[in-house]
Amino acid sequence: MTKIREKAMHAVFLFSACIAIFGVLMICIFLFAEGIPALREIGVFKFVFGKVWNPSADEYGVLPMILGSIYVTAGALVIGVPVGILTSVYLAMLCPVKLYRIIRPLIDILAGVPSVILGLFGITVVVPAVRSIFGGWGSSILAASVVLSIMILPTVISVAESSLRALPTSYFEGALALGATRERGAFSVMLPAASSGVAAAVVLGTGRAIGETMAVIMVAGNQSVMPSSIIKGVRTLTANIAIEMGYAAGLHRDALVATGVVLFVFILLLNLLFSALTRRRER
Amino acid sequence: MNKFEIRNLNLHYGDFHALKNIKLDIGEHRITAFIGPSGCGKSTLLRTLDRMNDLNEDCRIEGKVLLDGEDIYSRKTDVDYLRRKVGMVFQKPSPFPMSVYDNVAYGPRTHGIRKKEKLNEIVEKALRDAAIWDELKDRLTNRATGLSGGQQQRLCIARALAVNPDVILMDEPTSALDPISTAKIEELMIKLKKDYTIITVTHNMQQARRISDKTAFFLSGQVIEYEDTEKLFESPSDKRTAEYISGVFG
Ligand SMILES: Nc1ncnc2c1ncn2[C@@H]1O[C@H](COP(=O)(O)OP(=O)(O)OP(=O)(O)O)[C@@H](O)[C@H]1O
Ligand SMILES: [Mg+2]
Repeated sequence: MTKIREKAMHAVFLFSACIAIFGVLMICIFLFAEGIPALREIGVFKFVFGKVWNPSADEYGVLPMILGSIYVTAGALVIGVPVGILTSVYLAMLCPVKLYRIIRPLIDILAGVPSVILGLFGITVVVPAVRSIFGGWGSSILAASVVLSIMILPTVISVAESSLRALPTSYFEGALALGATRERGAFSVMLPAASSGVAAAVVLGTGRAIGETMAVIMVAGNQSVMPSSIIKGVRTLTANIAIEMGYAAGLHRDALVATGVVLFVFILLLNLLFSALTRRRER
Repeated sequence: MNKFEIRNLNLHYGDFHALKNIKLDIGEHRITAFIGPSGCGKSTLLRTLDRMNDLNEDCRIEGKVLLDGEDIYSRKTDVDYLRRKVGMVFQKPSPFPMSVYDNVAYGPRTHGIRKKEKLNEIVEKALRDAAIWDELKDRLTNRATGLSGGQQQRLCIARALAVNPDVILMDEPTSALDPISTAKIEELMIKLKKDYTIITVTHNMQQARRISDKTAFFLSGQVIEYEDTEKLFESPSDKRTAEYISGVFG
């Protein structure tokens, strides 16, 4: 009797796992089946390295959007990673328990803020600030980077913090016992010891930034031209799809799916990097 | 000469009264052993001597701990400097996940020594003093976490010696080690006592007898008896001490 129940439970678990696997497989199949014909028709090289995106003239070059995604993400990392890592070190080792009980839930709230709300914050605060400080329209690579950096902070902080907390306390105590200050102990022993976990935190943050759509559309300007300056507008891969999919048809529609393929490849590469890093940590 | 003078020391972890009215004088260039059943407060007392308990926000301390006549809990105390003068070796060998060399050089680097030759000299001397130079001299760049437990523990002793402390606190330094490594560390402790003051916690009665000059017996946060080691083991004056060392409880 118990044998049968065990078997049945096992089947339920396996089935649940299969649904997730099935989902991933279906997305891959759909994306590549729909996207590859367009890539073939336009030409992979012309698609990926083409500098002009003009659907009404059947010109589909996605390079401006690839660069747009890369610049915006890089900007988010430049701001978000140092802040995130410093915060995680502070939370894991330096801050008093009372303060931790206040900061930690606030970060969790930040993690749960819908991206459209962050976009609103971007439009009402960040964009005008960029406009008044640097000139131009305000909607720009810089504005998008700032908004995205806020968005990736909770991810970077939480993953880095938990990898710091996973270290034996003896590392930290050992450093203090030799007369090191808490800060020195944290930065010279703990942070290097947690380096692969911290790198994984950065990779996860990168994935979030590159995949974000709504908040970016609201603050980036979305011009599908080669980005020329960080205070100029830019369009990301995600924005390209979301903005035009509603009315696209024919080759235009397929080109948008192909844009999705390019984005998906980026995400896959980041995932490979992430699993390589976490595997190193397990060893 | 007394290195430490502990007066009316009371320590609470939250509501729990872990150390009760401790009074203890610890002699310079001596090995002092703390013995007693598990949970009686030996580690807690050891950690108050280099203010490791500062890390624990639930921990409250009253009373005085004088090191060379100065109260280490006074507001003027530079805690980092105190920890430099009072080194600590933990129960579980705990080298940093770096090379052997970087482990030993960590302390001197922390205190501003940058010159390569000077560092080399300090590292070699510390490893020699910890009786592990011959085993490790060709493996200085290896990761310390790959050494055997006994080697790791002696490396940790070397790491503590490299900052040139006056006192070395050892919390059950041999409890995770085999008899041969244990013998090496005991020998080392005896050799080190002419330059350092050593305070060690041990659950091993024979060990306390072999190496220590004075022994303090603890029971539920109190010092029951503190005597010359010979005297404490040969003719304890308290019945509870006698029961503990003869193995009736604990
Ligand atoms: N961080 C802490 N918070 C609360 N209570 C603690 C803490 N550390 C120790 N204690 C309590 O204080 C008492 C003394 O602990 P301590 O570690 O000093 O014992 P010990 O004599 O070293 O024991 P052992 O021989 O097992 O190492 C124990 O009852 C323990 O539960
Ligand atoms: Mg203990």
